[in-house]
Amino acid sequence: MTADGIRQAIIQIISEIAPDEDLTGINPDEPLRDQVDLDSMDFLDIVMELRKRYSIEVPEKDYPQLATMSSTVGYLLPRMESL
Amino acid sequence: MRYDAIVIGAGMAGLAAGLRLALYGKKTLVLERHSRPGGLNSWYRAGGYHLDVGLHALTNYNPAAGRDAPLNRLLRRLRLSRAALKLAPQKESWILHYGAKLVFNNDFACLLDNAQARFPGAADGLRKLAAEARRHYMEDRFFTGESARARLPEFIAGPMLREMILMPVMFYGCAAQDDMDWGQFLIIFMSVFEEGLCRPEGGIRPIIDLLTERLAAAGGELRLRAGVHRVITSDGAATGVILDNGEVIESGAVYSSAGWVETAAMCPEMDPAGETAAGAGAMSFLETIHVLDRPAAQLGLDASIVFYNNAPRFAYRKPEAPVDLQSGVVCVAGNFGYETPPPFEQVRVTHIANPDYWMQAPDAQYHTAKDEWPVRSLAALPMDLPDFRSAIAFHDTFTPRTIKKFTGKLNGAVYGAPQKHPDGATPVPGLYVIGTDQGLLGVTGAMIGGVAVAARTALV
Ligand SMILES: Cc1cc2nc3c(=O)[nH]c(=O)nc-3n(C[C@H](O)[C@H](O)[C@H](O)COP(=O)(O)OP(=O)(O)OC[C@H]3O[C@@H](n4cnc5c(N)ncnc54)[C@H](O)[C@@H]3O)c2cc1C
Repeated sequence: MTADGIRQAIIQIISEIAPDEDLTGINPDEPLRDQVDLDSMDFLDIVMELRKRYSIEVPEKDYPQLATMSSTVGYLLPRMESL
Repeated sequence: MRYDAIVIGAGMAGLAAGLRLALYGKKTLVLERHSRPGGLNSWYRAGGYHLDVGLHALTNYNPAAGRDAPLNRLLRRLRLSRAALKLAPQKESWILHYGAKLVFNNDFACLLDNAQARFPGAADGLRKLAAEARRHYMEDRFFTGESARARLPEFIAGPMLREMILMPVMFYGCAAQDDMDWGQFLIIFMSVFEEGLCRPEGGIRPIIDLLTERLAAAGGELRLRAGVHRVITSDGAATGVILDNGEVIESGAVYSSAGWVETAAMCPEMDPAGETAAGAGAMSFLETIHVLDRPAAQLGLDASIVFYNNAPRFAYRKPEAPVDLQSGVVCVAGNFGYETPPPFEQVRVTHIANPDYWMQAPDAQYHTAKDEWPVRSLAALPMDLPDFRSAIAFHDTFTPRTIKKFTGKLNGAVYGAPQKHPDGATPVPGLYVIGTDQGLLGVTGAMIGGVAVAARTALV
């Protein structure tokens, strides 16, 4: 998967978890939680969907790396490149 | 076939829990004895009309609040769009108590102003009560073990206003007689008065359809006409179920929305001494749906919901008579802010009923009573409500016996047994209760409870 593909995949997951949120125009370098109304349970759901869909385990110590869209894509790229 | 989770019952609690378990990636099977999902809140066709079984209003409307509002939190956990539910807010509702009237709507200030005008000084106490309710809710506790009647005087000095506030709260979610748990009172007080009432456009059916579609999309299965006869255990833990037709289905966990006592009857290991059989299901209701031949507004019926009581003290208890006509709830289904008005007007009238009478009456007597009590009910409605009897085109009544027949609830007890089990745990590992006897009541409450137990048990 390319960086853009991963970004799309993340947007897709968030749009299913939070169907009433507007996800157009997300600033990739601003914390996601400042732009989208996500609580900690939603966040766990995102991690769970990554596991269900792409068999990617994100250990708890790495959660901070999923703070912004850019950091998330950067974190996932080496793990999803081969998918 | 082996499942991770079996859910007994496709009512609001079972559908919500099943969907959430499926979203967790659990291989989930929801089993429903009936031919249609929905349980106490299903729908049916009669007289050429699509009718909801038991829907006056949904609580917890609260449109403005963010993610901490209970309904929004629930929808998020189920990944449902709030817009898809098309919730129409109430216009205004009345509490009529022994000659006094209070009006409230989805703006809490309306109740405060009304109460202050009738009972000077009352607004302050109600504000404190609301703050206490919010605090209790944020602590994520349900029950405090205290009596609501004992705690209320700290917030509401006058006995009349206390009765007026207790009435809607008890009608919308009290399984015990005469009094209720303080924590449960606070939650329903907040759900009804602060967060407000609404009705989904098109009734309950679109919500049930949405839940079943999403369950399937998440990989969950729903089987109708599949009643559970027995929960099976191995080494004391639940390992599956036996259906009415003898089929055995294995699973890692079993979630039952049938009710605590009803579940114990399917799983003797849950209650070897048979202790829980006592005390279940004293509170049941008689409800009549009156379909009108014209919009209620043409008859001067302006309120969304009317709660009334004609005695100095509100008697929330099993009546001596088959039906208690001293009090009741009247819902005018058309008086909500729909985008598209409903195809026909309906007025739903609910009274406390004596389940023993309705369960035990011989058939002929039962049918006569079922014809007579709705007529008496209409004659006993308060004078503040315009007489709509000449506009009734069709009516249908459900009794505790109807509720028992369609949901298996003992005595047709809408709100289950007084003793609740907020964490859903039973003495049998792997067997959990959800729905009515878990603790949260009503459509919104049943779903919130189902999702909470699913989350608590699926993540460990
Ligand atoms: C007349 C009436 C009016 C109401 N009005 C309102 C209202 O205005 N607003 C509101 O919020 N709430 C209202 N309620 C309450 C609300 O309907 C319930 O609190 C809620 O629907 C309960 O959902 P539940 O899933 O816990 O239970 P249920 O709906 O009872 O679900 C249990 C399901 O399990 C199934 N089942 C039971 N045993 C078995 C078995 N052995 N095998 C397989 N399936 C089984 C039953 O058939 C049923 O479908 C009303 C209820 C009634 C009856």
